[in-house]
Amino acid sequence: MNLIVAIFLPILAALFVPLLFKKVKQLHTGWFVLLIPLSLFFFYASFIQRVANGDIFSSTFHWVQSLQLSFISYIDGLSLLFSLLITGIGSLVVLYSIFYLDKSKEQLHNFYVYLLLFMSAMLGVVQSDNVITLYLFWELTSISSFLLIAYWFNRDASRFGALKSMMITVFGGLLMLGGFVLLSMMGDTYSIRELIAQAPQLAQHDYFTWALVLILFGAFTKSAQGPFYIWLPDAMEAPTPVSAYLHSATMVKAGIYLVARFTPIFAVSELWIWLVTGTGLFTLAWCSFFALKQTDLKGILAFSTVSQLGLIMALLGAGAMSYHVDGAVETVFKYAAFAAIFHLINHATFKGSLFMIVGIIDHETGTRDIQKLGGLMSLMPISFTVAMIGSLSMAGVPLFNGFLSKEMFLTAMLSIKEFGLFSFDTFGVLFPILAWVASVFTFAYSLYFVTHTFFGKYKPEQLPKKAHEAPIAMLVSPIVLAVLVVTIFFIPNVVATYFIKPAVLAIQPFLYSDVSQIDIHISAWHGFNKELWMTLGIFAVGTLLIVTLKKWQHVYDRVPAGFNKMYDAVMQFSDVGMNRLARLYMTGSNQTYLLYMLASFVVLVLGTLFTQGGFVFDASNVAPIRVYDIVLVAVLVCGTIIALVTKSRLTSIIGLGVVGYSVAMFFVLFNAPDLALTQLVIETISVALFLLCFYHLPKNSRTEKRMRFKLSRFAVSFGVGATVTIVAIAAQSQKMMTSISEYYKETVYSLAGGGNIVNVILVDYRGFDTLFEIAVLAIAGLGIFAMIKLRLGEGKEKKQIENK
Amino acid sequence: MMEKVLLLALVLFIVAIALSLYRLVIGPSQPDRAIALDTVGVNLLSAIAIVSVLLSTKAFLDAILILGILSFIGTISFSKYIERGVLIERKRND
Repeated sequence: MNLIVAIFLPILAALFVPLLFKKVKQLHTGWFVLLIPLSLFFFYASFIQRVANGDIFSSTFHWVQSLQLSFISYIDGLSLLFSLLITGIGSLVVLYSIFYLDKSKEQLHNFYVYLLLFMSAMLGVVQSDNVITLYLFWELTSISSFLLIAYWFNRDASRFGALKSMMITVFGGLLMLGGFVLLSMMGDTYSIRELIAQAPQLAQHDYFTWALVLILFGAFTKSAQGPFYIWLPDAMEAPTPVSAYLHSATMVKAGIYLVARFTPIFAVSELWIWLVTGTGLFTLAWCSFFALKQTDLKGILAFSTVSQLGLIMALLGAGAMSYHVDGAVETVFKYAAFAAIFHLINHATFKGSLFMIVGIIDHETGTRDIQKLGGLMSLMPISFTVAMIGSLSMAGVPLFNGFLSKEMFLTAMLSIKEFGLFSFDTFGVLFPILAWVASVFTFAYSLYFVTHTFFGKYKPEQLPKKAHEAPIAMLVSPIVLAVLVVTIFFIPNVVATYFIKPAVLAIQPFLYSDVSQIDIHISAWHGFNKELWMTLGIFAVGTLLIVTLKKWQHVYDRVPAGFNKMYDAVMQFSDVGMNRLARLYMTGSNQTYLLYMLASFVVLVLGTLFTQGGFVFDASNVAPIRVYDIVLVAVLVCGTIIALVTKSRLTSIIGLGVVGYSVAMFFVLFNAPDLALTQLVIETISVALFLLCFYHLPKNSRTEKRMRFKLSRFAVSFGVGATVTIVAIAAQSQKMMTSISEYYKETVYSLAGGGNIVNVILVDYRGFDTLFEIAVLAIAGLGIFAMIKLRLGEGKEKKQIENK
Repeated sequence: MMEKVLLLALVLFIVAIALSLYRLVIGPSQPDRAIALDTVGVNLLSAIAIVSVLLSTKAFLDAILILGILSFIGTISFSKYIERGVLIERKRND
């Protein structure tokens, strides 16, 4: 099967989902959908052995060849790992959703179409080698995630959450597109592989830092890092399968994928290391702290997801340090990248299972509120076991895979201090401390999650439903994941060989030439070293925290929910502020708009004229001024002034008439008989039309008032007059070439057979213009006729009045 | 000599136009204005005639004719407006 077809398979299948939902009523639509991720999973699984040997697969489908846009599917260790996560957890989630969503009550055709759309998008993101198609799929994940979050679109909170996640992820996505464009300009290729190949040259480029920051914006918004984490807790309004799939295992890891994929290009930069490591650790600490505040089970898991993503991000940042050092220290940072991938796998397994358990609890008790739950251990033993496994793994307790990756995380953070560059030797001390504190909180909320749900007293009176164990089919998916959690702990090195090492090779291609060179071995027991003591400290302090939770929980009331408030304020500000701004300048008055237009005309024209040195005054080509020219100009100016300053409108019209007739006289004086003729007739008609308008003015608006003097209008009018005069003088003073009218003069009789040069030009040399001026007149005539005759509005008005 | 005479005549016509314009603006009643406008038209016509003699061209004779017609139509319609209140009557047979 072609790799490109594999990417698009879910979208193609989505076309048939509504049909199946409508036609096959007996069977849950999910069963058909399940086939897709399952077959894709086995398809991708067939690559594992070959990719582990260091092979790379790729196939290309040209999209717009002239622009070098093509869908390139590129399978190496990193993209294969993600593809397996997407299809594997996708299958489990679809299976789970079959029992979670009711086939008669829910809009299943919508749900599975969105889900399959998302699956395609996600596969496209992780396999694309072309940055533009990567961006295409990236936005498709944003859109399908938006649709899935607002699946229950009649709830306010769903719509709010969907909008918020859309705003933030699309904001980041657009910035990322900017980064991609810069990057492809720098490298003159869209292919990520080719960009990575020229990484050393790219680092010298001027745009390098810009591209770095913009791409990180995309990664951080998608992976809910730093201040952008706020959309993820609100996205928990989605159905639980969606939360499990998108918001723990796949979509939020797209940012991680992006950072991992672009590490070879950007790792040489100090800024990259600081931003990735710093933001990751900040998010880790901040959100693990806030997870304990939540009372909604999904809220706890959302904050937990964000903080765990921060952990992976910090590890990737530490992994990037290996580009700067060599020798013994280098292996330590290589180790960090390894740990990042390992924790990524672990997180997908335990967080997926935990979300599904929360969904089961919600399904079977009717609530997710931790204050109402309790004592479910004996009622839901299987769910309890799975939840316990997931939480202990999340907390980093031995016997579960989370322990291994947490140990590796602590090792990596401890070694940051030894990284001598970029002032890490001074600030570096902060990193292990932050990591340790965050781990304490992680431990605490993991236990908080289990103990408050399953231990304690059963409170049946507070629960909407009578609690009981879920049907076994619903438990299959979480059990599979929980089994994986335990299995990985016992066979970490098998996982490492088949999945992690090929992925690490993709992240750090310059450090290794072959998979076999990665000689990192995971062991559960390191001996008595610093990490062990730190872990023991985490357990001790975490237990203490959880036992005394009630005593210090009021601290949370005093901590402001800063970033959410900021988001609300920004939205509010842009809404209200933009409205205000628009109302400020969009006054609805034509006079204001004319003022804007004319003022900008003056500024633009005069500005251009004088900054470009276009103004020249040259009186050598000027004709002599005659007496009657002066007299006529005086009459014209008089007419203009009368039209402007008079009190009565009638005098104004007459003033305009004076101007028109003097213009006709000018035509006479300047030897233009045809123009003079036309001007006389037209002026007469237009004066008559003005008089007509004047006659029909409503009686009460006929009060005769002199036009009020306004300085702004005067200034703009004066400016416009001055501008036009200056431009005319400048144009007259510098005629670059002779007129072509000589040709007309010579050929008017010999070629066109006419004596009147104006008329010959109008109908012969340039008859085209005349044709369309005739058309203009025809349109004007028809328009006037239509406006007078067609009175559609009148009847309506009458009817409305009658109805009232 | 001839040119000087023509220029003098032109200036006189312009003065006449200016005086009629004064009447046009001041004119206490509407008929005053109608007469003033008619006079302006006739004087303008004559001024163009003199200009065409000055420029020694026949091209403006059309303009003179047009101005004559326009001036006539203008005066007639003005008078009708003063008399009846409308220019074009809609119903003729009632």
